[in-house]
Amino acid sequence: MTHIKNLLSAGDVDRDFAIHLLDVAEGMSDVNDREIKKLPTLRGKTVVNLFFEDSTRTRISFELAAKRLSADVINFSAKGSSVSKGESLKDTAQTLEAMGADAVVIRHHASGAANVLAHSGWIQGAIVNAGDGTHEHPTQALLDAFTMRKRIHGNASSGKGLDGVKVAITGDVLHSRVARSNLLLLNTLGAEVHFVAPPTLLPANPANFNATLHYSLDQVIDIEKPDVVMMLRVQTERMTASYFPSEREYARIWGLNSDRLVRLKDTALVMHPGPMNRGLEIDAVSADSPRSTVLEQVANGVSVRMAVLFTLLSGERA
Amino acid sequence: MSANYVLKNATLADGSIADIAITGEKITAIGKSLEGSEVIDCSGLIALPGFVDLHTHLREPGFEQSETVLTGTQAAALGGFTAVHAMANTSPVADTAGVVEQVSSLGREAGYADVYPIGAVTVGLEGKQMAELGAMANSKAKVRVFSDDGKCVHDPLIMRRALEYVKAFDGVIAQHAQEPRLTEGAQMNEGAVSAELGLTGWPAVAEESIIARDVLLAEHVDSRIHVCHLSTAGSVEIVRWAKARGIKVTAEVTPHHLLLTDELVRSYDAVYKVNPPLRTQADVLALREALIDGTIDIIATDHAPHPIEAKDCEWPAAAFGMLGLETAAAIAQQVLIESGASSWERLAQVLSYNPAAIAGDQDSGQPIAVGAYANIALIDPKAVVVVSSESASKSNNSPYVGMTLPGRVKHTVYRGYFTVRDGNLAKVGKH
Amino acid sequence: MSARTVLSSDDIDRAVTRIAHEILEANTALQKSGTKNLVILGIPTRGVLLAERIAAVIARTEPDADISNILGRLDITMYRDDLASNPTRNVTETSIPAQGIEDKVVVLVDDVLFSGRTIRAALDALNDYGRPRAVRLAVLVDRGHRELPIRADFVGKNLPTAREERIRVQLAEADGQNSVVIES
Repeated sequence: MTHIKNLLSAGDVDRDFAIHLLDVAEGMSDVNDREIKKLPTLRGKTVVNLFFEDSTRTRISFELAAKRLSADVINFSAKGSSVSKGESLKDTAQTLEAMGADAVVIRHHASGAANVLAHSGWIQGAIVNAGDGTHEHPTQALLDAFTMRKRIHGNASSGKGLDGVKVAITGDVLHSRVARSNLLLLNTLGAEVHFVAPPTLLPANPANFNATLHYSLDQVIDIEKPDVVMMLRVQTERMTASYFPSEREYARIWGLNSDRLVRLKDTALVMHPGPMNRGLEIDAVSADSPRSTVLEQVANGVSVRMAVLFTLLSGERA
Repeated sequence: MSANYVLKNATLADGSIADIAITGEKITAIGKSLEGSEVIDCSGLIALPGFVDLHTHLREPGFEQSETVLTGTQAAALGGFTAVHAMANTSPVADTAGVVEQVSSLGREAGYADVYPIGAVTVGLEGKQMAELGAMANSKAKVRVFSDDGKCVHDPLIMRRALEYVKAFDGVIAQHAQEPRLTEGAQMNEGAVSAELGLTGWPAVAEESIIARDVLLAEHVDSRIHVCHLSTAGSVEIVRWAKARGIKVTAEVTPHHLLLTDELVRSYDAVYKVNPPLRTQADVLALREALIDGTIDIIATDHAPHPIEAKDCEWPAAAFGMLGLETAAAIAQQVLIESGASSWERLAQVLSYNPAAIAGDQDSGQPIAVGAYANIALIDPKAVVVVSSESASKSNNSPYVGMTLPGRVKHTVYRGYFTVRDGNLAKVGKH
Repeated sequence: MSARTVLSSDDIDRAVTRIAHEILEANTALQKSGTKNLVILGIPTRGVLLAERIAAVIARTEPDADISNILGRLDITMYRDDLASNPTRNVTETSIPAQGIEDKVVVLVDDVLFSGRTIRAALDALNDYGRPRAVRLAVLVDRGHRELPIRADFVGKNLPTAREERIRVQLAEADGQNSVVIES
């Protein structure tokens, strides 16, 4: 098991460490069920949520996770200070360093921003990537894996991976940091990844993707019989950029609807990282069905982020 | 009249050993046992015609925090260059006779290399209206190379007109081949690595489609076309085809595209961010082969200085471009000589004769011969140098810092004047 | 390195049996009942095993006792005060019996009482689960060198040690044998 100082990519964690994180998250989820939902573990530590891009969901999830561990939380919203305008990433990082941040949770519109922050020497604290451009979103992958493991193995999930689990990730793979992080972590945990998308929303050269690529969701459902169908959000800016002709056509061919839902195998899960475009990539029946883990994913997000903050902030600092 | 200098026992590109006598600005004798007031032992050094860069960004006027004509030509001298062609994307843009004459005179004042301004093809590099190419050609700067480099002349009609128009004064259009719609927001080569890194891809076809169009346009109007910084194997194939067909196309490759690949982008270190982007190893090999077999005519540096803050940031916010003047000869040596694939003669062609011929330079890039200007780069081919972060350039965005490269420019003689001696830059330029 | 065994397997059994009886006696004195309102929580790792053994003795003594409602475990990792300097520890499960700890007599069980910091953490952890009527502490070995004002109510053996000596408690369930060894 290799410990890490920062969590920049789902590829940073080896199998043992990934399972360790998920196991710690199990412990954390117990805390979230208690009456007093707080642990003193990170008392006196400062966690900064550095968000260059709006994401209320991810921010409050990290905020709650840090607060439940008794850390002091500062939300630093730097939206608008983008490309070469206003305050640079470097200035912001140095400011946070001067304030003594022990961990920086960064969300940025630029792919690689978390890597730059971690390797620039601007900042000593632990860096957690909370989504960088179209690159990665490793805590999302961890909470998705946690959710799958919990549904598949129940109370016996501790210590287990996701060996042999077949996951069909459907939608805008090209621009999805959720898809990239899930691919890496699911591979690490032994799952089998299938990407389903219109050809325009798959990478032109997927040579390094250890996944099977499909254009037809129907074929994947009927032939591959996935254990998990994960629907990705279609960003509004794709709709006007000729990636597909219309929302209607997208929903008809790549959306999860009640027709497709009933053809899934009995135990199959329906996942979505949220927020959902109901009626586009997923219809209401699918989103609200008992197979759907959407709300569990949200709850598990807090546990997983607690586990990540705890693990990065306890133990020897490099 | 006794010679000012004698370069004793220098090895010429063809392997022969001779003394070179320099008097005033010219080479006055080549032979054995020549005498002069100062004799410089050049045994073991390769004497090559001073290098000519067809693609340099000197940044002045407008971006003097990155580079000036003075600092840029000093870096050039350290790299063995005696002439540079200064790209037009300054501020104001070099799209009028006034600006090109200013750059030209700044070059003369600096005195480290001949500075040939390149004129913009279109007003403000905007691709809409042809700049006054004739005025620039007829100015004191005698512009012959025109380019919107940094931007592509993407409108096919404007490109056709420009190709035709410059025939009037034997000019040439140097095209930055980049289809703008296919590269909107593009950050790096589109391929397996961009798919992993989540950076917007820059497909090879965005370069190749423009080159294919332009060689056909050049054929149609029977004009010359020069293709800047080829970066893909496909571009090589198109140029090879065009040359076989008799189209008057010349092509350049940068040192970085001969050496570096998109794997380096994994670090997200913006020093590797460049336009066109670093490509794959297969592209690098195709470019090397094309340079050796003559499909590619020249190495040009695309020396592109940027201040620290333009690189010390997240990748998409960073500027495109990297330094190249001081390391170009070493990379040429690595690719042509150390590989065993080619010769010093070829190196002289791609770094000196050919760029001068494409640009129509009369004074630079001539063979080392009696009567020619004494523009000579003396290389110690046995030296092994770890590239340092120190540079004569005002900027430090070199991707080679820390790398070990072969060869060292020991002396640079520019019009009979040592701009570099024993690896040290002259404190003042030639006046 | 020298090692000497200070408790044998039989010694450990006797100590556990005695502690179990003392717990029952004390609880009877306090609550007029052997096992009523009693909760026994083991502290991982070997405290859990000792708590199980104590519960087994109680089950033999008080056949009516509902052991599943008495025995639990309390992980204190998240309440430690040395997380910043020690390598990451594994977090294990905490399970509190269904009756909860509110107004109960809670007996914490650990293998060795040393600085007292583990017990300090356990008291903090307990606090987040409710307000017990009383908290007691049972340990197999008290080796001294307290750094906090904490003492054990039930002690298997007091073992004066030098600070740099190491006490190794081995229990068959985890280590394949039962012994307490002092290493120096």
